[in-house]
Amino acid sequence: MDPLIPVSYTINGKSVQQQVSVRTTLTDMLRHQMGLTATHAGCEQGSCGACTVVVDGLMVRSCLIFAIQLDGARIETSEGFADDQLMDELRRNFADRNALQCGFCTGGMLVAAHDLLSRTPHPERAEIREKISGNFCRCTGYEAIVDAISKTAQALPLEDSGK
Amino acid sequence: MKPGLFQYVRADDVEKAVSLLQEFGDEAQLLAGGQSLVPAMALRMALPDVLIDISSIAEMRSITLTDDVLRIGAGCRYVDVLRSEDVARAAPMLVQAIPFIAHEAIRNRGTIGGSLAHADPASELPACMLALDAAIVLQSASGARTIAAEDFFLGTYSTALDEGEMIIAVEIPAIAVNQHHRFLEISRRSGDYAISGGAFVLEMDAGIITAARLAFFAVGDCAVLAGSEALLGKPLNAETIDQVAQRVGEEITFYGDLYNGIGAKRQITKTLTRRLLAQFPGMEL
Ligand SMILES: Cc1cc2nc3c(=O)[nH]c(=O)nc-3n(C[C@H](O)[C@H](O)[C@H](O)COP(=O)(O)OP(=O)(O)OC[C@H]3O[C@@H](n4cnc5c(N)ncnc54)[C@H](O)[C@@H]3O)c2cc1C
Ligand code: FES
Ligand code: FES
Repeated sequence: MDPLIPVSYTINGKSVQQQVSVRTTLTDMLRHQMGLTATHAGCEQGSCGACTVVVDGLMVRSCLIFAIQLDGARIETSEGFADDQLMDELRRNFADRNALQCGFCTGGMLVAAHDLLSRTPHPERAEIREKISGNFCRCTGYEAIVDAISKTAQALPLEDSGK
Repeated sequence: MKPGLFQYVRADDVEKAVSLLQEFGDEAQLLAGGQSLVPAMALRMALPDVLIDISSIAEMRSITLTDDVLRIGAGCRYVDVLRSEDVARAAPMLVQAIPFIAHEAIRNRGTIGGSLAHADPASELPACMLALDAAIVLQSASGARTIAAEDFFLGTYSTALDEGEMIIAVEIPAIAVNQHHRFLEISRRSGDYAISGGAFVLEMDAGIITAARLAFFAVGDCAVLAGSEALLGKPLNAETIDQVAQRVGEEITFYGDLYNGIGAKRQITKTLTRRLLAQFPGMEL
């Protein structure tokens, strides 16, 4: 067995202590040790975006970070938005617009969409496309996902526009 | 898809990092943003015995502009560079180039030092460093040295870094009033590695080109300068552009990649050269 090292994080607002192997990625720590399985392991080499989470306020690929590197970090996963109105709206619009089929990409897409709209509440379609350009979807053809994000944005109050 | 086991050590400053490099020699690898190294480890193409984590070295995270030299710490992430006013002022090329690199999530972790040390022939930054005539600052346990970007990139994944050395910063001469930066790449999909890319710096005086550095990437075994002399003393017009595109096609030793043969690379690079030169002042359509 690999030796284990203690690390602490704030995950979805709660402080958490974990023992991790040096080679455990953030994806595997979240999924196998925390049971937070909405963060998906797709390619595990940085290509697909299914493992997207937010670390210290920046959207990142959790498969390309070792859990041991993040001692003291704040981590948000797609489960972490339970009482978040913006995430609620995104989820509803994803469902309404059929912006998911198998759902494999959805956790990563929602994290990216939330990150976009919380910085830029009224993005152009091109900005939405750019934002999710690192997230692969093998089912929907993307159009529905862009629609769902765009519809969510349209319902946001105008005075919040960060542009 | 799981990395092999390694020993993990964190360096909190450059001094510690270089002493660890000296101690572990070629058993060790530096871990910066991890955006190239971790995928390689997941595929077990890289199996380092020791990882020296340099991602929390604060002294490598600063960007300063003094006496017309822009100094960017090697630990700066693409996102830091993109957000810096000093970079926008002194090296607008970097602001044009970085959005072409990968995707936002990767730009939020990947570092300048990591990109230059990795020296992927398809990477944007090595070509930018050539075009900008940058100097790369290296440090080892026995001291520091500065090397011109032109002498740093030796081939595919190959640089002038000696064992025990690391990159700590790059130094870029600030853009002069009569200089212009332009950057462009041609790829199949946004965020993909380029089929061909160019980073051009031109200096112009009363419509005549007085100095030029045209750097290319994703075309050969590493970033290269080509065709620059063909511009000197000439006005920038359709005829000059044709001549330069021709010269670029002749001067570069093209390498094919998985999807594009040498002929396609040459053709696309000539087109890229034309498009890019047409973006300079006086040529805008
Ligand atoms: C899906 C995907 C798409 C990508 N697309 C692009 C792209 O379009 N263009 C592009 O340029 N890159 C691309 N990249 C690679 C990315 O830019 C990397 O971030 C970058 O190449 C390496 O930087 P890093 O900080 O992550 O380095 P790491 O991965 O941590 O390290 C890379 C190598 O450099 C060494 N190293 C790191 N820092 C130093 C230092 N200071 N001194 C000496 N050696 C050092 C390491 O030991 C290692 O060998 C992509 C990556 C992914 C996963
Ligand atoms: S699993 Fe991380 S990018 Fe695919
Ligand atoms: S819904 Fe299946 S991959 Fe996107």
